[in-house]
Amino acid sequence: MAKTALQFQHNGHEVAIFVDGGTNLLVALRELIGDMTPKFGCGQGGCGTCSVLIDGELHLSCLTLAETVAGRSVETLDGIKDGPNLHPLQRAFADSFAAQCGYCTPGMLMAAKALLDRNPQPSRAEVVEAISGNICRCTGYEPIINAVLAAASGGRARA
Amino acid sequence: MLELRKDIFADERDDNLKEIGKGTQRQDMLGHVTGTSPYFDDHKLQGMLHLKVVRSAHAHARLRRIDTSEAERSQGVRRVIRASDVPRNLNTLLSLINFGKDDEPSLAVDKVRYQGEPIVAIVADSPREAFEAIAKVKIDYEPLPAVFDVEEALKPGAPVVNEVYPKNTFTYHETYDRQQLRFGDADRALATADHVLEQRYQMSPIEHAPTETNGSIAAPDTNGRYIVYTSTQALFFSVDTCAKILDVPSNTFHFIGGTVGGGFGGKVDTLTEPLCILGAMLTGRPVRYVFGREEEMQYGPPRGAERIYIKDGVMRDGRVVARKVRAYFDSGAYTRLSSYAAVKCAAHLPGPYTIPNVHGDVYCVFTNRTPATAMRGFGVTAMDFAIECQMDKLAHLVGMDPMEFRILNAYRDGDMKAHRREAKNTALIECVQVAAEKAKWPLREEFKQMSSRKDGGGIRAAVTLTPRESHALAAAPAQQRTTYDRAPAATRESPPPPPSSTPPSPPPPRPTAPSHGATRFSSVFGTRRR
Repeated sequence: MAKTALQFQHNGHEVAIFVDGGTNLLVALRELIGDMTPKFGCGQGGCGTCSVLIDGELHLSCLTLAETVAGRSVETLDGIKDGPNLHPLQRAFADSFAAQCGYCTPGMLMAAKALLDRNPQPSRAEVVEAISGNICRCTGYEPIINAVLAAASGGRARA
Repeated sequence: MLELRKDIFADERDDNLKEIGKGTQRQDMLGHVTGTSPYFDDHKLQGMLHLKVVRSAHAHARLRRIDTSEAERSQGVRRVIRASDVPRNLNTLLSLINFGKDDEPSLAVDKVRYQGEPIVAIVADSPREAFEAIAKVKIDYEPLPAVFDVEEALKPGAPVVNEVYPKNTFTYHETYDRQQLRFGDADRALATADHVLEQRYQMSPIEHAPTETNGSIAAPDTNGRYIVYTSTQALFFSVDTCAKILDVPSNTFHFIGGTVGGGFGGKVDTLTEPLCILGAMLTGRPVRYVFGREEEMQYGPPRGAERIYIKDGVMRDGRVVARKVRAYFDSGAYTRLSSYAAVKCAAHLPGPYTIPNVHGDVYCVFTNRTPATAMRGFGVTAMDFAIECQMDKLAHLVGMDPMEFRILNAYRDGDMKAHRREAKNTALIECVQVAAEKAKWPLREEFKQMSSRKDGGGIRAAVTLTPRESHALAAAPAQQRTTYDRAPAATRESPPPPPSSTPPSPPPPRPTAPSHGATRFSSVFGTRRR
C-alpha cells in the first residue's frame, strides 16, 4: 500500500512520518511516533481518552485522519509539563485524587487544558461541559471537576 | 556473622505506621497524571504481529465445517490458529482450586454456545490484515435451538447448552444441582404468618465497560520463556491458567501487569493471554491481542443476570418469621466464576436479619448468553437489591416505618444465623440509626435506644428445628480430569451431610492470634483450609 509522507509539530517538535491511507492520528502518535500518552478506549469517539489538541483545539485523535494534521501543531499530555515540573493541572489532579486507574486521565487533562487555555476562570458548569466528552469509570467526576477548578483558581491565577 | 546494616535504610520506612486519618498519595499518581503509567498496550515491540478472532454468528450452533484456506492465503497472514492447535483446549477458571469441571474451550470445537464465541484466531502483520482474513473464513453452521432464560433452561426438554452439565445447572459437590440453605421450617411459619408476601425480582447483565479494553501482548524471551504484558486483574491466576491451557510449566511465563485501565471484575477471566501466547509460540514473534470496544461490550463477560423470588411471612408486630428464596444466577454458556457467585448468593441469605425460618435454593444456570463473570459483589448485589425492596414492601404491609422495621429485624451479636454460625460484630442497627440521623429521618425513641450489642442471643441463638427432606440424589458424575491435575484430590471435600435436626457441634476454637498464611476461610467450599 502506498504510504504518504506527513510532517507536523508534535509537542513543539517537527516530526515526519509515513502513514498508510486511512491511518488515524491516534495510531500515528502511538505506533509511529511512540507517544503513548493518548489512549485507545473505543475508536468511535465515545470515550475521550484519546483527546489531543490540534492547533490548540480539542480533538479526538481516534477519529482524526493522520493526514489532516499536516503542517499543524499537535499537543498531547506528553508535552504539557515544563521540563521536570508538572503543569498546574497535573499537580491539581494529583492533589485532588482525580485519577484512580489513570486510563482516562490523559484525555481528561487535555480537555481541561483546552478549557483553561481559552477560559482561565471557568465556572463549575463550564468545567462539567468541558469534560462531558470524557468517560471515567472509576473515580467519578467530582474529584476531577474539583481538580480543574483548583488548577484554575490556584496555579493558573498565579501564573 | 553477617549483619544487615539496617541503619542505612532506617529512614526509609517507619515501622510504626500511623496512617489512619491522614491522606496518603497513591504510588502511581505521578505516572497517571503524566501519562507514563505502563498499561499493557503501551509496549511497542519490534516485529509485533496482531491477533484477532473469528467469533460465532450464532448463539447456539453445531460447527459443520470451518474453511480457512482462503484466509491462510490472505495478505499479511502469518498463522491461522484452530482449536486443534490449542494444547489443552478445555478449561474452567476455578479448576485451579479444584472447583468445577473443565467446560470451556479456548477455541470452539464442535459447537458454539454463545454469540461471539471464538472459533478461529488469525495472526497477521497488522490488525487490518487480520480483519481482512477474518472476512475470508467460511464457517458452515447448523443452528440449534437456543435458550436465553434461566427458568426455561431448567424445564424438561430444554436445549442442553453445555454437555459437561447436561441439566443446565452447575453441579456442587459432584451431586447437587443448587446451593441449598435450610434453617427452621419456613413452610410451617408461612402457614401461620399474619401476612405473606411473594415477589419476583430481576437484574439484567451489566457490562463493566472499562475505558481500557481487555488485552495482552506476548513476546518470546531469551531462554525459551515468554514475556506477557497483560491487562489482567488476576496476574498469578492468569499465569497458572495459561500454563494449564498451553501445557507448559508456569515458569515459562514472565507476566507483567498491575497497571489496569479499569477492571471492576471484567479482567479476571484470562480472556486474551492463552491465544496471544500461543500465537507467539507458533510464529516466534511478539503478538498483540486486544479487544475492540465492540468486543468488550458485546462479548466481554458481564455481571450475570439474576432472577430472584422471595416469599416472606411477617407478623402484625413487624417480625419477619419466614423467608423463602429461590434464585437463579445466569452463568451464560460457561461457568467462569458464576458457580462461586451462587455460593455467595446463598451465603448472603437471609440478609442481615435474624429470621428463624429460612429456606433458600440458589441455582447457577447455563444459558446461551455471554458467559458472566465477577463484578463488584457479584452474587450478593442483586440479592441485596431484592431483599431490601422486599423489606420496604413488608414494612408498608404491616404499617411500619421502613427504618424502624429494619432495626426491629436486624441481627444482633449472639444471634444464630441461618448458616448456623453465631452473629458477631453486627452493626446494622447502628448503621440504620446513623443513616436516619443524617437524613433527618425521625425514629421513635425506643428504636434510637436499640443496639446490636443488646438483647441478642438467648432464644435468638437457638437452631430451630429443621425438618428433613427426602433427596432423590442422582449418581455423582465422575469428575472430569486432565493430566494437569498433578495432585488429585487426596483432600477432596466430601458432600455435606443432609440438613440435620440436631444442633451442630460448636465451631472449632479460633486461633489465639491472627497469623499470616495460617488457617483461612474458604468461601467456595464453606470450610476452613490450610
